[in-house]
Amino acid sequence: MNDIQACDVEGEATRHTLTFCDGSTRTVHVVDREVPFPEGKLIVSRTDPEGIITHVNRSFVFMSGYAEDELVGQPHHILRHPEMPAVAFKGLWDTVGAGEKWHGYVKNLRKDGAYYWVYATVVPNLRGGKLVGYTSVRRKPSRRKIEEAAALYRTLT
Amino acid sequence: MSQILTVSPDFNTKYLAGWFILNNWLQHALETSIRLEVFDDFERQRDAIRDGKVDLIYANPYDAAWLVRERGYRAVAKPRSKCDETVVATSAQGPVERVEDLSPGITVATTDDPDVHMMGMIMLEPADLGAANVTLKRCENYVLVAKELMRGHAAAGFFLADTYNELSPMIRSKLRVLVESQINVIHHLFLVSPAMGEQAVAVHDALTGLAQSDKGRSVLDDIGIPGWDDVSEEDVEFMIDLMDTLV
Ligand SMILES: Cc1cc2nc3c(=O)[nH]c(=O)nc-3n(C[C@H](O)[C@H](O)[C@H](O)COP(=O)(O)O)c2cc1C
Repeated sequence: MNDIQACDVEGEATRHTLTFCDGSTRTVHVVDREVPFPEGKLIVSRTDPEGIITHVNRSFVFMSGYAEDELVGQPHHILRHPEMPAVAFKGLWDTVGAGEKWHGYVKNLRKDGAYYWVYATVVPNLRGGKLVGYTSVRRKPSRRKIEEAAALYRTLT
Repeated sequence: MSQILTVSPDFNTKYLAGWFILNNWLQHALETSIRLEVFDDFERQRDAIRDGKVDLIYANPYDAAWLVRERGYRAVAKPRSKCDETVVATSAQGPVERVEDLSPGITVATTDDPDVHMMGMIMLEPADLGAANVTLKRCENYVLVAKELMRGHAAAGFFLADTYNELSPMIRSKLRVLVESQINVIHHLFLVSPAMGEQAVAVHDALTGLAQSDKGRSVLDDIGIPGWDDVSEEDVEFMIDLMDTLV
């Protein structure tokens, strides 16, 4: 997975190094620019049981700023924003790992360093009783919910 | 004894005669006696399903999820280029320009169409509206939803997008669309009960074969469906996983 370099983003950027739970790192440049959630759409992706992206819909591609073939095959942390606390994703993995549905507000990082907020739901995909992956569907959150989540995440990062 | 065919009660009643014609077509194709039974309400249809009385059903996506996962029904075909999308509208005379202008305490006009209601409620979430802070007014059909909006009795109303687009231009001119879903992957399914599982292939062939003759194409016109497409088990499972994230 490529870093997000200063030359990839437009505007005044801050530089962060993300460390993922598999021990890998990524340097990203982020800008304080929000891209609005597309009206009436759902942003959909699927992963294998390890969280590697296997499918994305058009809204996902559009909002992430990546091309489809830059997404499929990559770990889902390709969208990890430095302001998202690790504990939020631990909650996600613990919940779906127990076979349950997870909901949460997520700030996602685009390829161009900007961000978008979503209300995400993740469900385990069972086929014949066997786990084959996960599906995540994101919808448009309210401004108030975004502000509450942002305030909470500031205390956790 | 006849097998029973039924249609999700959200079907447009102008196609009622067409469903009887499709029923005949299936009887000939399967060489068995099939009776079309129409329910005007979802709950009564679900009771009939629970009692094991429904063999063939053109199901809305919400019920399809339950029928496949819990009742062992099998999807044999999906309608071509027909997705279930939802419109949230308001009165054109009112002050509301976008969903976020709606405030807690409003009345929302809806029907008992489960997937449209679900998507409508989801599209109100950006305004912090939910079951706890809106009053629902259940209407028998979408024309009555439109009337509630035009009379100012409801601030927002939910419509099946296809039906909204078929409302008269006069009615539509009095309404304003706030948002229309563009999900593209949620659709009705034609399902076969476990008891009729052996005939699943024959039902599939009869439906997909309609587009191959003039007579068949006229049946398709009569039910307002351009054709039937194959649907894989994985397509169906994916749609149900997606529905599962929304309920
Ligand atoms: C189906 C699914 C969808 C996910 N979607 C996102 C997402 O949109 N953004 C994100 O940062 N993490 C998402 N995650 C979580 C990531 O897999 C990952 O846990 C997170 O980005 C933190 O990285 P790390 O766990 O590798 O440290 C998703 C996980 C699953 C299973």
